[in-house]
Amino acid sequence: MHEDYRFGNLIVSGSPHIVGKTDTTRIMGQVLIALAPAFGFAVWSYGARAIFLTAVCVISCVVFEYLFEMVTKRANTVSDLSAAVTGVILAFNLPVTLPYWMAVIGAFVAIVITKQLFGGIGRNFANPAITARVVLFVAFSSEMTTWAVPGHIFFSVDAVTSATPLGILNEGGAAAGLPSNLDMFLGTVGGSMGEVSALALLIGGAFLLLRKIISPAIPVAFIGSVFVFALVAGQDPVFHICAGGVMLGALFMATDYSTSPITVKGKIIFGIGCGVITMMIRLFGAYPEGVSFAILIMNLIVPHIDKATRRPLYGTKRGAAKGVM
Amino acid sequence: MRKVLRGIKLEHKKNTMDCATEYLPTPNEVRISMSQHIGASCEPLVAVGDTVKIGQKIGDTDAFVSAPVHSSVSGKVTSIERIMSIQGTYDPMVTIRTDGKHERWEGLEPPTVNTREEFVAAVRESGIVGLGGAAFPASVKYSPKNLAEVNTLIINGAECEPYITSDYRTMIEQADDVVKGTEIVMKHLEMERAYIGIESNKPKAISLLEELTKDKPIDVVRLRSLYPKGAERVLIYEISGKALPAGKLPADVGVLVSNVTSIAAVAHYFTTGNPLTRKRITVDGDAVADPKNIMAPIGTKIYEIVAFCGGYKAQPSKLLMGGPMMGRSIYDDGKPIIKNNNAILALSEKEVSKIGHETQCINCGRCVDNCPIELMPTTIMRAYERGDAEDLKALNVGVCMECGCCAYVCPARKPLSLLNRMAKAFLAESERKAAEAAKAAEERGDE
Repeated sequence: MHEDYRFGNLIVSGSPHIVGKTDTTRIMGQVLIALAPAFGFAVWSYGARAIFLTAVCVISCVVFEYLFEMVTKRANTVSDLSAAVTGVILAFNLPVTLPYWMAVIGAFVAIVITKQLFGGIGRNFANPAITARVVLFVAFSSEMTTWAVPGHIFFSVDAVTSATPLGILNEGGAAAGLPSNLDMFLGTVGGSMGEVSALALLIGGAFLLLRKIISPAIPVAFIGSVFVFALVAGQDPVFHICAGGVMLGALFMATDYSTSPITVKGKIIFGIGCGVITMMIRLFGAYPEGVSFAILIMNLIVPHIDKATRRPLYGTKRGAAKGVM
Repeated sequence: MRKVLRGIKLEHKKNTMDCATEYLPTPNEVRISMSQHIGASCEPLVAVGDTVKIGQKIGDTDAFVSAPVHSSVSGKVTSIERIMSIQGTYDPMVTIRTDGKHERWEGLEPPTVNTREEFVAAVRESGIVGLGGAAFPASVKYSPKNLAEVNTLIINGAECEPYITSDYRTMIEQADDVVKGTEIVMKHLEMERAYIGIESNKPKAISLLEELTKDKPIDVVRLRSLYPKGAERVLIYEISGKALPAGKLPADVGVLVSNVTSIAAVAHYFTTGNPLTRKRITVDGDAVADPKNIMAPIGTKIYEIVAFCGGYKAQPSKLLMGGPMMGRSIYDDGKPIIKNNNAILALSEKEVSKIGHETQCINCGRCVDNCPIELMPTTIMRAYERGDAEDLKALNVGVCMECGCCAYVCPARKPLSLLNRMAKAFLAESERKAAEAAKAAEERGDE
C-alpha cells in the first residue's frame, strides 16, 4: 500500500541515535601525541637509533596484529592505532642499543601472545609492552641491561656501558655516585630509551589528564605511594619517583584501560599496590628495578579488585543530600 | 553537600525554539490506536459506519492501569482492525474518515469535582497520560497508595533531549495552563509545595513562569543544562535530594512528577472539558525541509505531518518518535502519531552514519564515569552475556533509565543502553521463572 513502507530502507535500532566524537582510534591517537615529548627526548639523547628502534617496534607490532587477524579471520583492528601505541611503549622500555631482532621478539610477545591470543584489544589481562619487557629481560638479561651513555647524538650509538642510578643504588653505591635530582628529573641519566626523562613523560601525562584520556587516580596513587614508601624507608623520595620506570609506568602503562580497574576506588588500590611492590623490589629484592614486575603482578589481580570495588547505586551512600526543597 | 549527578553535554540543536505552534489542517483520515498508554489496551466503543465527533470517547476498558481514547476528528469510522503500531504491538486501530464539519461532541463540559475520587475519575476521563514520553496513565499516577505522605509535586519542564522544543512551546504558549494545572493537582491531592524544573537553556520559560508563580507555593527551579536532567530519577534527585531505589515509585519518596505538557492538558480539560485529542509536536532533523512545532490531531499519519513541514529534503535514514537519545526509531512513516509523541525527527544518512561500527570494549570506563545514577554498564553487559541473573540484580540493572549516556560516550560504539534494556528483560524473565518454579515446588509439597 502506498502509505505503508514508504521508506523500506528506514533503519530501526535501539536508542540512543547519536554518539559522541571520541572513538577508540581518537583515544589511541591522543596517547601517541602524549608519547611524543619522551620520544623527542630519546632522539635528542641517543640519536637516530632511538628512531630506528621505535620504528622497528611499531612496524612489527602493527604487522603482527595484521597477520594474526588475517590468519584467524578476525576483524582488522590495525586502524584503531592500539598496536602502534603498544609498539612505541615497548620501544620506550628497551635499552636503545638492543639488537633489532630482539625487539621484534618483544613485539611478538606483546601483540600475539599477550594481546591477540586472549581476544585482542580490551581482552588482554596483562599489559602487552610490560609482558614483553619482562620476557626480554629474562631471556636476554645482558642486552636488556646494557645502557648506552646518553648524550651521544650519533647515527649508531656506541655500546658504552653506563650504570643506571638504580643500579648504582642496588650495588650499594655511595650517595655521591648518584646523579643529582635535577639530572634525574630531566633525564640525562642511563636507562631504557623512553623512561629516563620524568619531565618529558609528565608533559605527556598532563596532556592525557587534560584531555580526560586517563584519570589521575592511578598515577597519583602509584607515584604518591613510591614517594611515601621512600620517605618512610629513609631514602630520597624525589630520586625514587624520577628513577627507573616509575613515571613511564604510572602515566602510560598502569593506566592501560584493559589491565586496570574500572572504578576510582579500584584504581587507587591498584596504584598503591604498584607503588608498594615497586619499592619493595627496589629496596629488598635482588633486582634494582621493580616497576614492570609491580604492574604485571597488579594486572593479575585486577578482576579481584574490580569485584571488590563495585560502586553502590546513586544516593545510597551515607549523608545523602539536600535538594532545593 | 549534595553530590551532583553526572551527565553529558550534548549539542542542543533546539532549532525550533522560536517556532510558534502551527495548527495542522485536519487530515482526511486518522488512525487512532487503542493502546497509547502503559497498561491494558482499550476496547473500541464504536463500530464501522458509526459517526463520531471531536472529543467523543471511542475506546475504553475496565482495567485500572489504562486511559480512554477519544476521537480527534469528526467523521465516520471506516475500519477497525489490528495493525502493528509504532511500538510493535498489534492493537485495534480505529480508522476515521473526516467529514470536514469539525463538530465537537455534545457531551463535553468542564468537570465539577468535589472529592479526590471525583478528581481522579475526571482525570481518567480526560485520557491524559504521561506526555513526556512514558505514557503512564495520569489518573493512576494521581492515586498513590500513600497519598498522605506525598506532599511534593514536581513538574518536569527540563526537556533535556536535543532538538525537541514542544514542552518549551507549551511553557511559553500555555504558561497559564501550566500554573493552573499545577494548582489543580496540588489542591485535589492536598500537596503543600510544587517545583517546576526547567533547564537553564530556556531562560524565557524560566522568567515567564517565575513571574506567574510569584505569590504561589510553586518554585521554578533552574536546572543545569546537562543531559539527562529531565529523566525522572535525576529530576527528583536534583530537586528533592531523594534517590529512588530499584522498584520504588516517586510516591514512595513523597513525590509526584508530571510533565509540563501533561499538567497543561489537565488545566485545559478542567477549563474546557476537552479531552486529549491533539498534540504539540516538534518536527525536525536534517532530512526535514522546514522544521516546525505543530499541533496535530492524534492519529495523523507521520508523512502528512512531514509534508506540512515542507516534506523530506533528503532521504531519511532514520525516523524517530521522540529525541535522539531516548526516542524510538520507526520503520514506516505511514504510522499514526500517538498521545505521547513529542517529536518526529527525520535523520539523513549523513547524520546516522556518524555512529560508526561496533568494536570491542576497551574497558575505558567512560560509561561508568558518565552514568547519572552510578551504574556499571560494562559490568552489566558481561553479567548479561554470561546469563547471570543474580549478578544483574546485584548490579541494580532494574534502576537503569535507558537515558543512553553510556552508549553515547562509548568509544567502542557498544549499544550499552540497549544491552541494559535486554538485561532488564532477562532479569525480569528469570525472576518470573524462579517464582513459578518455587510455586510449583510448593504445590508439589502440599500434595
